[in-house]
Amino acid sequence: MVEIALPKNSRVQKGIVHKADKKLEKPRTLKIYRWDPEDPANPRMDTYEIDAADCGPMLLDALIKIKNEIDPTLTFRRSCREGICGSCAMNIDGQNTLACTKGLDETKGKITVRPLPHMPVIKDLVPDLTNLYAQYQSIEPWLKTDTPQPQSEWKQSREDREKLDGLYECILCACCSTSCPSYWWNSDKYLGPAVLLQAYRWLIDSRDEATGERLDDLEDPFRVYRCHTIMNCAKACPKGLSPAKAISEIKKMMVTREV
Amino acid sequence: MSDTADKTVNGETRQRPLSPHIQIYRWTLTMFLSILHRATGVALYAGTLLLVWWLMAAATGPEAFALFQGVAGSWIGRLVLFGYTWALFHHMFGGIKHFIWDTGAGFELSAVEWISRGATVIPILLTLISWVLAYKFMGAF
Repeated sequence: MVEIALPKNSRVQKGIVHKADKKLEKPRTLKIYRWDPEDPANPRMDTYEIDAADCGPMLLDALIKIKNEIDPTLTFRRSCREGICGSCAMNIDGQNTLACTKGLDETKGKITVRPLPHMPVIKDLVPDLTNLYAQYQSIEPWLKTDTPQPQSEWKQSREDREKLDGLYECILCACCSTSCPSYWWNSDKYLGPAVLLQAYRWLIDSRDEATGERLDDLEDPFRVYRCHTIMNCAKACPKGLSPAKAISEIKKMMVTREV
Repeated sequence: MSDTADKTVNGETRQRPLSPHIQIYRWTLTMFLSILHRATGVALYAGTLLLVWWLMAAATGPEAFALFQGVAGSWIGRLVLFGYTWALFHHMFGGIKHFIWDTGAGFELSAVEWISRGATVIPILLTLISWVLAYKFMGAF
């Protein structure tokens, strides 16, 4: 359901300002969403000043610098620092992306960092993605076949393999799903862009033999059709993929099999 | 939905906050057009009722028709009709935009932007042209 305002316990308040104690060569200010489950207070926006001259080039470097040098309580997920694990997905200056592939020089003025939108917050920048993972599991993201397993590998022509380009690169960072207003308001019933792109990845795989069954499972007023091509997903994807197009292809598959 | 409750160290259960969404997400043209498509769709319901009134007035007789003409010809009536014209064109071109995307075409980000810009500007131009033509050649009211 469409809910514009945040619940009472989620309204964000003014936070602590951590001023730099010396003169900075290239000062940058970050405003970061903070919430501690052990503190009864509401979430707040804390302000940090860092020296970009003494920091790595990416937003993730700035977050690590803050955690190391200013405030060790700052909590966020990160791992690979090169855009392949999807852990550091967050909302930076109003747009979802990966902190590790977002250059500090791509931002201007104060940088605002929040957790992925419309998610339950576990702590600071760490959202609870349980629902998304459950939805991912529901589309059965594995090869389903009836024919006996071949002696060697399942073969695929070059042309059929190319159909997976633009799909297999998805790292399930959830930037797209949490950028989608339809997903914000219907995440209990609508699968959302990330999971639907994955669904299409298995639908279009020439080796998979459960296409009909998979389409039956998606045939529902909510699961696919809550997509209204708002396009936030394609604009947010840090890997340059288009979940919107994948969803459109699913809709086409559903219609063409009827005729 | 996932469990949104969390236990603190002293065992007390706390509801997890919901992260900010529409309040903070950076607006894009496509996002704005999506909402406008819905809004113009709703406006068309009201506009269609006006159309029904017009037809029924014409079928009822000269007095009923004169009343409709009087209301529609007032400045506020014209403003509403102008808005209705725009809503009709906007919703129609929104529909064409969705039709293109439904064929699986126009999903490159540059194409998305151009289609969206077209679906914004063309309806405005067509609305203006319609009204200029209406006043110039049809004598309006």
